[in-house]
Amino acid sequence: MSVLDSKIPAGPIKDKWTSYKDKINLVNPANKRNIDIIVVGTGLAGGSAAATLAELGYNVKAFAYQDSPRRAHSIAAQGGINAAKNYQGDGDSTYRLFYDTVKGGDYRSREANVYRLAEVSANIIDQCVAQGVPFARDYGGLLDNRSFGGVLVSRTFYAKGQTGQQLLLGAYSAMNRQIARGKIEMHNRHEMLDVVKIDGKARGIIARNLITGEIERHSAHAVVVATGGYGNVYFLSTNAMGSNVTAAWKIHKKGAFFANPCYTQIHPTCIPRSGDYQSKLTLMSESLRNDGRIWVPKNMEDVMAIREGRKKPTDLSEDERDYYLERRYPAFGNLVPRDVASRAAKERCDAGYGVNATGEAVYLDFASAIERYGKEQAKIQGINNPSAAKVYELGQAIVEAKYGNLFQMYEKIVDENPYKTPMMIYPATHYTMGGVWVDYNLMTTVPGLYCIGEANFSDHGANRLGASALMQGLADGYFVLPYTIGDYLSDDIRTGKIPTDSPEFDQAEKEVKEKIDFFINNNGTKSVDHFHKRLGKVMWDKVGMARNEKGLKEAMAEIKAIREEFWKEVKVPGTADSLNPELEKAGRVADFLELGELFAKDALTRNESCGGHFREESVELDGEQKGEAKRNDQDYAYVSAWEYKGEPADAVLHKEELEFNDIELKQRSYK
Amino acid sequence: MNLTLKIWRQKDANDKGKMVDYKVTDISEHMSFLEMMDVLNEQLVGSGDQPIAFDHDCREGICGMCSMYINGEAHGPDRGITTCQLHMRMFKDGDTITIEPWRAKAFPVIKDLVVDRTSFERIQQAGGYISVNTSGNTQDANAIPISKIAADEAMDAATCIGCGACVASCKNSSAMLFVGAKVSQYALLPQGQVEAVERVQNMVAQMDLEGFGNCTNTGACEVECPKGISLENIARMNREFLSASLKG
Repeated sequence: MSVLDSKIPAGPIKDKWTSYKDKINLVNPANKRNIDIIVVGTGLAGGSAAATLAELGYNVKAFAYQDSPRRAHSIAAQGGINAAKNYQGDGDSTYRLFYDTVKGGDYRSREANVYRLAEVSANIIDQCVAQGVPFARDYGGLLDNRSFGGVLVSRTFYAKGQTGQQLLLGAYSAMNRQIARGKIEMHNRHEMLDVVKIDGKARGIIARNLITGEIERHSAHAVVVATGGYGNVYFLSTNAMGSNVTAAWKIHKKGAFFANPCYTQIHPTCIPRSGDYQSKLTLMSESLRNDGRIWVPKNMEDVMAIREGRKKPTDLSEDERDYYLERRYPAFGNLVPRDVASRAAKERCDAGYGVNATGEAVYLDFASAIERYGKEQAKIQGINNPSAAKVYELGQAIVEAKYGNLFQMYEKIVDENPYKTPMMIYPATHYTMGGVWVDYNLMTTVPGLYCIGEANFSDHGANRLGASALMQGLADGYFVLPYTIGDYLSDDIRTGKIPTDSPEFDQAEKEVKEKIDFFINNNGTKSVDHFHKRLGKVMWDKVGMARNEKGLKEAMAEIKAIREEFWKEVKVPGTADSLNPELEKAGRVADFLELGELFAKDALTRNESCGGHFREESVELDGEQKGEAKRNDQDYAYVSAWEYKGEPADAVLHKEELEFNDIELKQRSYK
Repeated sequence: MNLTLKIWRQKDANDKGKMVDYKVTDISEHMSFLEMMDVLNEQLVGSGDQPIAFDHDCREGICGMCSMYINGEAHGPDRGITTCQLHMRMFKDGDTITIEPWRAKAFPVIKDLVVDRTSFERIQQAGGYISVNTSGNTQDANAIPISKIAADEAMDAATCIGCGACVASCKNSSAMLFVGAKVSQYALLPQGQVEAVERVQNMVAQMDLEGFGNCTNTGACEVECPKGISLENIARMNREFLSASLKG
């Protein structure tokens, strides 16, 4: 038997969570006051967990590298949050959300976790409304919904294009209430640099105060890591500049298995890159695909004319445009899942049809939506035979109300008006489905060490559907972890405060300080960013949207070489005992340079195409699905969980076999 | 384009600080302002100097971390954006650009362009929440209909990103727009009514304690706010405060 025990409760899938909750151990309120929990990261998962654990009565210490929990990168999520409320009466249900998520994840997620996620999704919306989250409403005063990729119902709740912001501010307000009560001790501008294990259990962390440089010891009875994804391994991504893998990687090195690192989501609708100086890529919400149509010119002459500025996209007639998603996937059209949409854009651009100077851009066009809404409004307002200009004006107002802030963001970056000319978009790294392996309780392979939100691997399989990240973050933090952690902590009611003067804390602190001193004294010749950019280029070219054996082997060797050079030549100015952003970056890039190699190794091991992981060796050769990704359930229906053994290349693979009892394994078809 | 930058350098909170001149060359008009700062910092690291510390994170105008005072304006010479969304096409070849941190007593400088905004945190902790525990047993989200107009207005107030541009732009360093936005969000929603009296009183009291100035209706905050938070929110907060005082 594998060393991995997913601890999935017995019984029918519909009853698992309820009957499990009925039987797990609880900690009585008086004892909760004697138990400390550390939560690292304050995004939707960490913020909601910290607030809820404090409400329950535990003593929480929360950590964020930003100057406020409100700035965690969950804030940037735009489009929405899914919930199986079926307010639209369009056939939605807990089962259907569960089914869509497993199918969307290309049958590489754990059924029991996903069902639980779908089950608690409705509670999230109730909770957020009670907190004062201003979701969009219709004229009757009830909550509005929109549709997202990969599904056939409207179950996405939203707050303009700022849903992540509003949900995070909700969790932040709940945290603030507990900070004021003294139940959360908030440590802003702190970074976790290692976990401390005592007798095999997670009992604390080593953190650096980013302002004073002081290395601090913090103890607790359990540690929760909620530090988000590792998309910045590509250097350019839609993540925040500070988003990093450090906490997740440090716990991996201390015994937490790392699962499915190669499952990365390349989001189809981002603003294309414009130059070498580029520091990040900006996402345009998937919600835009509700109303935007994606196309490139049909004829190569038009492509050239557009690139050279002789023609504008609006000069092309309908016949001259290739709406390639509608052509290839008539059932889902522009709302196919993200991995499918991204690969289709790459296919067209690789064939030479890209519409900007770099050849890496396609159009996202709102002209039809503006016309459709304009005509509808004219009818509602009783305007007979409206002029084209009037229709346009009415339609633009509707599009502006729906996506105004996104259009404004686009115009500020690109300097073009997307109401008048189609947007240009191209895929970019956005989200990582892989992450730290956890069991049904969200506990890692280290007792007392939990991992929630994007940082874990559990719910999205090989591809995440739109508006599901916010759902998972809040489900983990508000409704799952607060129950499951109690079961573990019920054994700790007599433990008492964990001292920080033990040899384990001494050792962990010593290692952290040695690494910092190394960076400061290395006096190399190249900046941290120099290495990060080189790593990113290898990742994008060889471990990006399409992968093959040769490229992956090269990537592993190249990343190792960059890592070795990094440790010789990296240059970090300044001192250890002050605010030093270069020193912070150095530590993070050192971890990315190890993760990157494991990532490529995982991709190499998985010789099938599933979700965001596309192996060129594994495609359908004929039939209706010709050219589409080919999954191999016979050999690869498992979770890859990697155990750290020193060098990333030496990591040992453990398999958690995936069982599908409630959903039939099928090829994903969106045609 | 080639530019001269005059930048505030301050080693730490106790340092006196001074303006220092730098030159950058071959800056593309398509760069964002912070990417231009990256170029300068890469240059400084290369020559063995200390790079300039500045706050930034999401680089898409939503986290509220970036906080530069550029040519005398919070987030620079464009409207409705944060510094990370400011692009170099707003400047001309040969320009001299002055870059300072937020200036306010309640936002002490930590280093260079980085300031301490924890005063904002304490104001939120004083009452910027609805006291509802996470239970999963609150009433159904559609149990209380809320008019679209009220919901939209609450959303407009809630879009505040807590960057502090309002304070930095105000001649009195007032935080009324920031506090008014939060008070308004809850005042406009039925869920916020239960604690309305205590909320406005506690948040205003904390704001005064932190050393923010008063509002004299100049309106600079509204002009410089990257999210277009309206002055109406200050008026609404004043009404809420007055009515709370009468209630007791």
